[in-house]
Amino acid sequence: MVQYVRAGFDVSFAALSDVTRRGVLERLGRGDASITDLAEKFRMTLTGMKKHVGVLEQAGLVSTDKVGRVRTCKLGPRRLEEEAAWIERYRQLWDARFDELDKVVEELKQKEKVDGRKKRK
Amino acid sequence: MDARRESEPTPMKTQTAAERKSERELVVTRTINGPARIVFEAWTRPELFKQWWVPKSMGMSMLSCEMDVRVGGRYRLVFSHPAAPQPMEFFGRYLEVTPHSRLVWTNEEGGDSGQVTTVTFEEKGGKTLLVMHDLYPSKEALDDAIASGSTAGGMGEQFEQLDELIVTLGASAGLG
Repeated sequence: MVQYVRAGFDVSFAALSDVTRRGVLERLGRGDASITDLAEKFRMTLTGMKKHVGVLEQAGLVSTDKVGRVRTCKLGPRRLEEEAAWIERYRQLWDARFDELDKVVEELKQKEKVDGRKKRK
Repeated sequence: MDARRESEPTPMKTQTAAERKSERELVVTRTINGPARIVFEAWTRPELFKQWWVPKSMGMSMLSCEMDVRVGGRYRLVFSHPAAPQPMEFFGRYLEVTPHSRLVWTNEEGGDSGQVTTVTFEEKGGKTLLVMHDLYPSKEALDDAIASGSTAGGMGEQFEQLDELIVTLGASAGLG
């Protein structure tokens, strides 16, 4: 199991270690693109871009879909999992914050009650 | 890490929800057990704000908190963390201040990519529904905030390195 996890990390690091591949991910974050679009944008041969996309695909960072002669690339399942994980951590941060806020509000409510009683006396 | 929390009886839990509402928006909702007037006060008076904005499980402390809560007024929060070489600052200004119902502020520490935050306070039966809405200037700005790994409200690059640590600390403290 540990080996699998490690292998997953290594594949991701390798995939992200290249500036073109990071650029491709950034580009796909703005919308899907074909291999041809990507090759043009990064001034590279189709073969070269196919290799990069292959590495990203293996890491689960990109997925591709071939319709006719066009292979379209989009962000892969891994990226979506990361977003879901981030949102869950963000939720937990706010949950912890709001738990504290609840306590502060509770104290203020108690204080108002006591002050209210004093005023009535 | 946080023994105090564990030794306390579990308080009644009200659900905090978070979702990416659109390409540019994040929304967090939560019901707080108190009237909007009091919740608003806890959000806008520095001495009260300090008591809840940095939950202990984050492992950070707030060094200073300046808040000039009026339209155009500025705020500046300074934090320290054992793993951060220097204090971290978060700042911006209030765009709207409607007592007991609505606050809108900018987040400017990250330059132009910062979000505009709107919080609404809606009272129902002595409780207050809080809706916190972050609107990013572009899809890319929100994507970048997510990709950076920082969960501290998209509040700047300093948090990137801290994030893993915070997650670890949070998990070990049974946060959430």
